[in-house]
Amino acid sequence: MNLNKKYALFLGCVAPARYPGIEAATREVCKTVGLDLVELEGAGCCPAPGVIKSFDQDTWLAIAARNLALAEKQGADILTICNGCYGSLYDAAHILNGDAERLSAVNKILSEVGMEYKGTTQVRHFAELLYKEITPENVKAKTKTPLDIKVAVHYGCHFLKPSKIKELDDPERPRILDEIVEATGATNLDYRDKQMCCGAGGGVRSGNPELATKFTVEKLKSMKSAGAQYIIDVCPFCHLQFDRTQKDVQGYDLPVIHLAQLLGLAFGVPASKLGMDYQEVPAKF
Amino acid sequence: MVKEPNPQFAIEVSQTPGGETLSLCFQCGTCTGSCPSGRLTSYRTRKLIRKAQLGLEKDVLESPDLWMCTTCYACQERCPRGVEVVDIINVLRNKAVKQGVMSGEHIKVGNYLLQNGATVPLNEKYEAVREELGLSRRPANVLGDKKALEDFQKILKATGFDKLLEEKK
Repeated sequence: MNLNKKYALFLGCVAPARYPGIEAATREVCKTVGLDLVELEGAGCCPAPGVIKSFDQDTWLAIAARNLALAEKQGADILTICNGCYGSLYDAAHILNGDAERLSAVNKILSEVGMEYKGTTQVRHFAELLYKEITPENVKAKTKTPLDIKVAVHYGCHFLKPSKIKELDDPERPRILDEIVEATGATNLDYRDKQMCCGAGGGVRSGNPELATKFTVEKLKSMKSAGAQYIIDVCPFCHLQFDRTQKDVQGYDLPVIHLAQLLGLAFGVPASKLGMDYQEVPAKF
Repeated sequence: MVKEPNPQFAIEVSQTPGGETLSLCFQCGTCTGSCPSGRLTSYRTRKLIRKAQLGLEKDVLESPDLWMCTTCYACQERCPRGVEVVDIINVLRNKAVKQGVMSGEHIKVGNYLLQNGATVPLNEKYEAVREELGLSRRPANVLGDKKALEDFQKILKATGFDKLLEEKK
């Protein structure tokens, strides 16, 4: 395990403000595996890669740079628990850490609030950090009671893609989440359209909710017909999309569990601390 | 309906960060075949890119098609020409917004960002849930830090984001 680096937990907005169980589970699991987190005090929106990047890339980059600079000041790397935050912050760091011209343009804006970004922050996703630094073997070793559940894994989009800059896994046939999930003892089901988007991204959930719902129903149908009892995801926005869509579209009864919550269950954290009861479709354990 | 082309349009897109690969597209349609949105609607990614190449500015910027992409990157991953389709769509959306073409719902999200520093505001219901889970009622980010929110808002002013939201057609 290589956990010498300091990690600042980037909460984003959907997790702390709609699914705080994901935040609580992340803190519990990090404690269990010996990962010390620091708070990213004063952090703002990542910003959302859907509406905000679609509206104005320069604003998107400046706000992301502010977050990267806050972590840099603490000498920490950023740990995200959301594909959207990961998408924005990783992509922004990728641009700024290698482009002096754009970095200096962004620093002109940051100087308005007395800040500067030097271009050194690395951005990590909880699932990827866990896979690489903790490893599925250790997840298996730390699992108290193997989980006797059947699950459908949903990667979401901005975790692995664009793969050209993320270089984590094959975006068409990835394995890393599957391996972590299988290490908990859960039965991991293959299903049609496993790599398909949940429908929420790109401003589609807010701007065209009927279309977003169509995506989600396609996914729910495929997961259900494969025999899944639960959905496993790594993104609070996918989480919200799967959970809230089932408020309007009945008949699937597929609670969604974030990877941090799944690991919490496997590591013996009491379910009451994982916040899955507060969902539209609660996951009862 | 096809409107008058603007020959400068494709050049402008190609010169904007993210738009550099526009001219590489040779219209094979792999993007359309990979697009989950296109599978469920009449949106055709290939067509959008072609219109941009041809400089059909109004067609591209005023069409609802531009907002059918969930940015899932399936097209970009599979494009045999290395066209950065999603990045191009982002550039096109930025241009549409600059011309005042944006939906009321998206403006609402933008206003949440201006007011709260987050696109999802935290309310009392979820503050209570946080407390029950042993978390602070408000986190240590902009949702719970006034000075941080003020700094955040200053940045949005410096980039002109507040003005952008007022320019709806």
